[in-house]
Amino acid sequence: MTDDANRLALLTAKGVAKRFGGVQALSDVDFTINHGEIYGLIGPNGAGKTSLFNVLTGIYVPDGGEFVFDGEPLHGLKPNDVAARGIARTFQNIRLFANLSALENVMIGRHVRTHAGVWGAISRNAGTRAEEAAIHKRAYELLEYVGVQKRAHHLAKHLAYGDQRRLEIARALATEPKLLALDEPAAGMNATETAALKNLLAEIRRDGTTILLIEHDMKLVMTVCDRVLVLDYGKKIAEGTASAVQNDPKVVAAYLGGDVSIDPKAH
Amino acid sequence: MHSLFDVRRNPKLAWAGIVLVGAALLALPFVIASAGTFWVRITNQAILYCFLALGLNIVVGFAGLLDLGYIAFYAVGAYVYALLASPHFNLHLPFWIILPMGAAVACMFGVLLGAPTLKLRGDYLAIVTLGFGEIIRIFLNNLSQPVNITNGPQGLYLIDPFRIGTFNFAQQETILGLDFTGPVKYYYFFLAALIAVMVINMRLQDSRIGRAWEAIREDEVAARAMGINTRNIKLLAFAMGASFGGIAGGMFSAIQGFISPESFILVESVMVLAMVVLGGMGNIWGVVLGAVLLSFVPELLREWVGPVQTALFGRPLIEPEVIRMLLFGLALVLMMLFRPAGILPSALRKRELEVVKT
Repeated sequence: MTDDANRLALLTAKGVAKRFGGVQALSDVDFTINHGEIYGLIGPNGAGKTSLFNVLTGIYVPDGGEFVFDGEPLHGLKPNDVAARGIARTFQNIRLFANLSALENVMIGRHVRTHAGVWGAISRNAGTRAEEAAIHKRAYELLEYVGVQKRAHHLAKHLAYGDQRRLEIARALATEPKLLALDEPAAGMNATETAALKNLLAEIRRDGTTILLIEHDMKLVMTVCDRVLVLDYGKKIAEGTASAVQNDPKVVAAYLGGDVSIDPKAH
Repeated sequence: MHSLFDVRRNPKLAWAGIVLVGAALLALPFVIASAGTFWVRITNQAILYCFLALGLNIVVGFAGLLDLGYIAFYAVGAYVYALLASPHFNLHLPFWIILPMGAAVACMFGVLLGAPTLKLRGDYLAIVTLGFGEIIRIFLNNLSQPVNITNGPQGLYLIDPFRIGTFNFAQQETILGLDFTGPVKYYYFFLAALIAVMVINMRLQDSRIGRAWEAIREDEVAARAMGINTRNIKLLAFAMGASFGGIAGGMFSAIQGFISPESFILVESVMVLAMVVLGGMGNIWGVVLGAVLLSFVPELLREWVGPVQTALFGRPLIEPEVIRMLLFGLALVLMMLFRPAGILPSALRKRELEVVKT
């Protein structure tokens, strides 16, 4: 890899593999995400997209291969270490802190970038008070940023579905990630909410955060993603710009089933 | 209750409230003493239970880790105090050295219990902690041979009371015409310590650490993904909870003057857990209320059950001891049916109800 490419690359995956019993969830997956990109990850159900997320964020240990993030390998790191390095994620089946308020959810996201310990908490010294005030302020800003500030004091579980998705993004952003990994953020959203999400993603990218996006909403993927990686049965079957991938016969076959020889011009 | 003590929002009302409650708490032992010194002792025991319930609340209420062996830390604190301030080893260290030592040793045991159980939750954790509680008790029972450390089931006696110079907490004194009995003196010390522990708990809850505990309780996977080192934060919960148990144990040793493994049986763990759950898990005021209620109600029932039966039926039909626990159990069942979140539910649960109403 040339120096130029190295400077561009934020995350590089080399030959990543993961097996669960008899199922090869991921085999030999390679890809590179550049700084400032919105990188799509698509594939039929069970293709290994979420497994890739879990291996990347340290929830599973890969059987082979490695990730290099921001110039350093992520090998053997625990999920909290990965978050500290600068990868934040959301979950396909929303995992908010359900019985805490929206604001507290985002405040918890600040944990990894703040330092107060037991003594600070008990003594409430000037440093801790300043830090708490900053956490509070930042959490509010992020709620505004994603547009759920009106629900700041509601319990996370009482928020509308779309708001929960956005709250999860705010919580992830609170960790100051370099790479934001979103697992189907548009799932269950209506057209208006999806449009708002699209704007939000563009804004996050403009503000300097690279995004890795798993999504089933093809319209969204095709309009926001710079490049797309397609997985099928744990293997990479295509990578490239949205339009190039869309017309790839292998991708069409993976989604529609049947033979690779289907002529995309036939319909 | 919060608005009454909210100094920032309504300073006049708040200070008036604090002064009133303070005066009531200061006068309390003399009022109670008129019914007998026995009731002052019960009050002191109730404060110790508040300590225990607040400590357990960190583990169960904040971090969501079900601990059924919590009384073991109370035992550790009690034995550390007793061994270092009794004729058993002929050591008589001052209490202000041994109480922190008891807390430190209990804290160590907390980490010792926490470390192997980091991956366990719910029922599984409950079973392991229950076993741990029993192990400690059985050790205390049997560590009289080959070297006599704990004096086995006979327990340790003639434990030193708190002493500062010539001021002895166990001696009766008359100051300004008021009769200060031993238990009354201890009451003031315990009350001050309880207020300190409550402030510490409130500050911990409303801090970065407290939020991390709550995050683990709500969703451990998400907590880790947000960069929370769940291992350290959980160990911290065990350690903090255990320390409070250890201090309470030392205070227990000092007021009782005698301890044996029998004081630290499983039922005690269950009792402390019941206080936390009944009062309102996660809410500090609720937990204190739960501890006070569960300390006094059984004693009041012990007093009243006999006379009430005699008045109604001419003679006691059922033994007071039996009916006392029967009524107590019934009260707990009814409580859980009608107020499952506890008498004073945590602020979050209250907020939850408000949202449902609108």
